[in-house]
Amino acid sequence: MGEFIAERRQQIAYDMLQHANLVFQCVLVATLVAVLLAVLINRFRALEPIANAVSAIGLTLPAFALVGLLLPLTSLGTVTAFTCVVFYAVLPVLRNAVVGLAGVDPTLLESARGMGMSPVGVLLKVQLPLAWPVILAGVRTSMQMSMGIAAIAAYVLGPGLGSYIWRGLTQTGGANALNYALVGTIGIIAVALVADLLLLVLGRLTISKGVRVA
Amino acid sequence: MTESIERPAGATSTSATDHSSAAAPDRHISGVEIQLRDVVKKYPGQKSAAVESLSLTVPAGEVVMFIGPSGCGKTTSLKMINRLIEPTSGTITIGGEDVRGRDADELRRTIGYVIQGGSLFPHLTVADNIAVVPKLLKWSKQRTADRVEELLDLVGLEPGRYRDRYPRELSGGQQQRVGVARGLAADPPVVLMDEPFGAVDPITRQRLQDEMLGIQRELGKTIVCVTHDIDEAIKLGDRILILSEGAHVEQYDTPENVLAAPANDFVADFVGAGSTLKQLSLSRVDELQMLPWTTARVGDDAAEAVRRAEAAGHDCIVVLDARNRPIAWPWLRNLRRGGSIDIARRDELITLDQRATLNDALDTMLSSSHAGAIVTDSRDTYVGVVDFESVTTHIRSQEASAKEAQQARADGAVS
Repeated sequence: MGEFIAERRQQIAYDMLQHANLVFQCVLVATLVAVLLAVLINRFRALEPIANAVSAIGLTLPAFALVGLLLPLTSLGTVTAFTCVVFYAVLPVLRNAVVGLAGVDPTLLESARGMGMSPVGVLLKVQLPLAWPVILAGVRTSMQMSMGIAAIAAYVLGPGLGSYIWRGLTQTGGANALNYALVGTIGIIAVALVADLLLLVLGRLTISKGVRVA
Repeated sequence: MTESIERPAGATSTSATDHSSAAAPDRHISGVEIQLRDVVKKYPGQKSAAVESLSLTVPAGEVVMFIGPSGCGKTTSLKMINRLIEPTSGTITIGGEDVRGRDADELRRTIGYVIQGGSLFPHLTVADNIAVVPKLLKWSKQRTADRVEELLDLVGLEPGRYRDRYPRELSGGQQQRVGVARGLAADPPVVLMDEPFGAVDPITRQRLQDEMLGIQRELGKTIVCVTHDIDEAIKLGDRILILSEGAHVEQYDTPENVLAAPANDFVADFVGAGSTLKQLSLSRVDELQMLPWTTARVGDDAAEAVRRAEAAGHDCIVVLDARNRPIAWPWLRNLRRGGSIDIARRDELITLDQRATLNDALDTMLSSSHAGAIVTDSRDTYVGVVDFESVTTHIRSQEASAKEAQQARADGAVS
């Protein structure tokens, strides 16, 4: 094992970075999409059951199946992997963002309007900051989930550590099969832990002291 | 700057029992008049209108209390003034200007809005909460910061201590104070309040009401305030608007007249029993004869102060600090040890604002071991002392003058 890693040190480090990079970008895009959708849903309440249904079905859809469905559309490579990860990453953030925005006390919104804040001002200065802790919790879930999804997306030649796992699986019984699978798995866990820590720090920096828990 | 206008004499009832702040002729007014004309609010799909044809003039610089059973349309009427609810028909003018003539957001920045519990933004500090409207108006940083300082002082919160706190670090009463400060931030001529003191305990509420009266005495805003508490309406209002369902005006008059002469059974029921007792909340402490009491300052010679008190027949002394604020009310026996008077500020010393009602005064005296109360002005400086006798004397003289007035009316009717 030690020898296995030592021989491929640079490649493994590069793939870990690639994995993190893919997930970060996907989660960032997914967060923007989810918050935008949540704002729409919050404004047009009739959309909420639809959004709930879509996210419920979405979460039951196996990632592997989605990869297969996307393949004819986006072909092998990063685009398919990216689309697939974003799709799953949106769901937890969307759910939390909808709950977070709905949880903002309506009297606060009215008092903001009563003081002459524009609707956009109310959204940016009152609703989103107050919903942010809940949204961020969704982002953390999304980030963890995306780490695994990104590994599956490596099946279509996406970047990252997933390729190690796949190689381990296809070479079962071979000399380095276990090493590949282990390096892939442990590498992903390590990246996930670091990412979670970074999100915790982000929360510290961006959640107002007035609404922070403890 | 808003123009200061002297209140025209006789703007309110001039009956013998009229002691509302509106009667003071030297008050400065920074508020403007609000007029509602034939204002109607109908919601689609509802048979009866929420507000059916409300016409009303709120004179500049007065506090008008909207009161009525729940669902009577009082809050709807209030919210139509700042267009949180758009009227179906009718016109509303503020200072002669139609509210529909300007952008709703811009309009609202010129109208103070205070709602129950203060409704502070929990993610913003006290200073940022107060600065919301000044920021919308694009005031400079320095001007905003100065204004925040000034307002915190006005509502009795030490800026250095409270500026950077978050709402959850404040008590309910403090939050409500910040809410009032926020409503006044951009010095609006008109302030709308929706059950502002509904969410605090009775003692804090009484305190906040007194403070609001003090602030209003200084600023002379036009205030429209919704309440469900008739005692609050009587205490705070220059006029009371009593509404029944559909925002139908049952009576619009001074508290004195509402209590003494309810327009109909609805009003009489609403005002309820014990209207004589309620009259107690119409007279204020500053109408009482203050008793001159022996005072001493921190650092004064105790023995000398005791001698003065004994000469005056007092068994206790009011101790004032350097700024003339009462800090303690010790018995003489506690001062006989001699030396200089050295007493730290005691939080348990309960003083009475001179704008407090006789009701509050009696309440304070009943719970005081001195059978009296120290009266202070809005800056917490010492004014005098009142006791039970000053209250009863005042009530007797009031009763006498009311009887005289009644007699005069009866004589007039006979002749």
